[in-house]
Amino acid sequence: MLDFSKNYFELFGLPVGYILDGDQLAERFRELQRVVHPDRYANASDQERRLSMQGATLINEAFQTLKDPIRRAHYLLSLHGIDTDVEKETTRDTAFLMGQLELREQLEAARHKADPYAAIDELVTDINQRITSLVGQMALQFETATPEQLEAAREILRKMQFLQKFISDSEELEAELDELL
Amino acid sequence: MALLQLSEPGQSTAPHQHRLAAGIDLGTTNSLVATVRSGKAITLPDSEGRHLLPSVVRYTEQDAIVGHAAKAAAATDPLNTIVSAKRLIGRGVDELKSLGNRLPYEFRQGETAVPRIHTVSRDVSAVEVSAEILKALARRAQESLDGELEGVVITVPAYFDDAQRQATKDAAKLAGLRVLRLLNEPTAAAVAYGLDSESDGIHAIYDLGGGTFDISILRLNRGVFEVLATGGDSALGGDDFDRLVAEWMMQQAGIRDDADHAMLRRLMREACDAKEALTDAESTTVRLELEDGSHWQGELSREQFNALVDPLIRNTLGPCRRALRDAGLRPDEIRDVVMVGGSTRVPRVRQRVGEFFTTEPLVELDPDRVVAIGAAIQADILVGNKPDEEMLLLDVNPLSLGIETMGGLVEKIIPRNTTIPVARAQEFTTFKDGQTAMAIHVLQGERELISDCRSLARFELRGIPPMVAGAARIKVTFSVDADGLLGVEAEEESTGVKASIEVKPSYGLTDNEIEGMLRDSIDHAADDMAVRRLREQQVEAQRVIEALKGALTDDGDELLDADERQQVSLALSRLEEVAQGEDSQRIKDQIEALEKACEFYVERRMNANVRKAMSGHSVEDFE
Repeated sequence: MLDFSKNYFELFGLPVGYILDGDQLAERFRELQRVVHPDRYANASDQERRLSMQGATLINEAFQTLKDPIRRAHYLLSLHGIDTDVEKETTRDTAFLMGQLELREQLEAARHKADPYAAIDELVTDINQRITSLVGQMALQFETATPEQLEAAREILRKMQFLQKFISDSEELEAELDELL
Repeated sequence: MALLQLSEPGQSTAPHQHRLAAGIDLGTTNSLVATVRSGKAITLPDSEGRHLLPSVVRYTEQDAIVGHAAKAAAATDPLNTIVSAKRLIGRGVDELKSLGNRLPYEFRQGETAVPRIHTVSRDVSAVEVSAEILKALARRAQESLDGELEGVVITVPAYFDDAQRQATKDAAKLAGLRVLRLLNEPTAAAVAYGLDSESDGIHAIYDLGGGTFDISILRLNRGVFEVLATGGDSALGGDDFDRLVAEWMMQQAGIRDDADHAMLRRLMREACDAKEALTDAESTTVRLELEDGSHWQGELSREQFNALVDPLIRNTLGPCRRALRDAGLRPDEIRDVVMVGGSTRVPRVRQRVGEFFTTEPLVELDPDRVVAIGAAIQADILVGNKPDEEMLLLDVNPLSLGIETMGGLVEKIIPRNTTIPVARAQEFTTFKDGQTAMAIHVLQGERELISDCRSLARFELRGIPPMVAGAARIKVTFSVDADGLLGVEAEEESTGVKASIEVKPSYGLTDNEIEGMLRDSIDHAADDMAVRRLREQQVEAQRVIEALKGALTDDGDELLDADERQQVSLALSRLEEVAQGEDSQRIKDQIEALEKACEFYVERRMNANVRKAMSGHSVEDFE
């Protein structure tokens, strides 16, 4: 069925690269699902249903991967033969790490603020801006993708992961606060 | 037995003929069946013109009675009359206790974790009770449509977990129905309103039934439905409105709290009538025969009624607010509110909900029927009656799926709201030297602690070669299909030792149990399992033959050369021949042989479809 050896970009008929048009990606995703999704094969043979399930699963995964700037960076690096291990790598940029420590303290302090939600909101907005700026830097590295640039991309990715983790932790804190209401 | 499947209407081999399909709203209080006829989705009435079928089954020594007659007996024969089976489906005895339901039934624990209710007929599970309701609805549809149903879409609440979904599917299997898809109720309601087309945005589905309240927030983006948040109150509904009116009447008429059951029933009926009258009238007269034979008469205005029920309506807005917060939204970001459930007929409910979401609620469709209608529309598409339909529902899994890790914590593998179908893998390792087995505990829920999540299944991966702690690489893959049902596979990667299960949840039925129930069920007592199996294979063969013939007409010439075409045709005619016979095993084998012979063709077709879809904007050649 779907050629599973194709990379995710090829699957959607898009050029391999970090910058991509989100609307176009979503459009291609829907077009593909329209012909592959199990709903199109609900009355077909078991075999076709199986194939359709595999295909739809792959397309969903490909879409989720390319849509997300962090997962997309991971994936692009892996296409360049660089497998980043999320769990084990950390940035050595001490200034960045110091900044992170500070943000963590602010998040912890937000809990005790008069309006903790507003405080968290403010922090998350700040973090999202930082991620956006890293996305821009990331795009530059993949333009020509020399070995040095790929190494730089990897470093940017490590930082993005830090910030991502911060956002999910702040969401957890919000859920925790909800519980107390 | 005659090949009745082959000669009945709707079963013809001609491609693109109208196929019979139905949508079923399997509700807690009432159920409905709907179908698309002449391009319009309608719910189907029984012979007396009633559309709603009470979801009540009464077991007698001889029979299982479903619907109105069973409901009428609920008061006199409570132990054998099962109401609200939907609250029990996919749950264990312990959970039922903790649900706090004051259930009159006598529960028996069978060989597995599935609780059974003791009745004069036999011990029945909620799956069997639901199967009786499904059978009654399917019968209604088949009589009305004059043919066999090729498939059904059954709706389930968005928050139903894997066990509850699986149990619902088992009920359909037991009823002899082919499930085209399980569909989330709020999604079905949105489909009924045609929100799939040009209604991108966020929609709220406000569902106030007889005894339950559900709120769902959906995001719709060009046919892609995403459930953003759900909430509700499983013990709040229109019956509570009636109760408040009845209490008011007692107060006005000076009826004591310890009035007898007959009196209370009269009160509740009168209260319900008054509520319904006030939907259109500004005021209504209520009459009651008192215990001393005298009559009391009073007047209830809509204004008084509104004041009575306002606190209850307020109680539904709390969950709405919470659901909005979960979704990170403000009320004014909701584009439409779809009203579902009979209690949304109350004008005050519409008014207050409209005020809350700052939009006029959608009420054009009968709120009792809207879910069934949406299911029917989807069933019609899935069964293949609308080959050019553009709509595609991409649903999400409502709850996160994960496995237990050290310290009683849950590691999420598939987060909630991931578009399905989906497959995700995670690597784990052994924590002891020489460890040769690993227990895998599958959980569903949002919390970190396993004790706060729903346990779905436990299984073991054995035969891991002894290694030092941390050296084994155990890949656990979760897959969720388009119905939201989970499968789990575990594999030790360096040796390829595998263990997989189709997650038959902790409270699910085994295939053997289902077969046993089929044998037990009254409808099939005289029936022979072998006959049933033959029939199933014949239907399956017919479906495969039809699908293949349709495919060959569409693109056989284009995609196959003469040799290949002959090869496929040969396998096809063999199956056609065998399908005329009465040997179910031979039919099964021949279906497999045909599928094998066509494998390359099926793949080529799907690729051709993909190529067609992507043509015109491809950066490179698709092949």
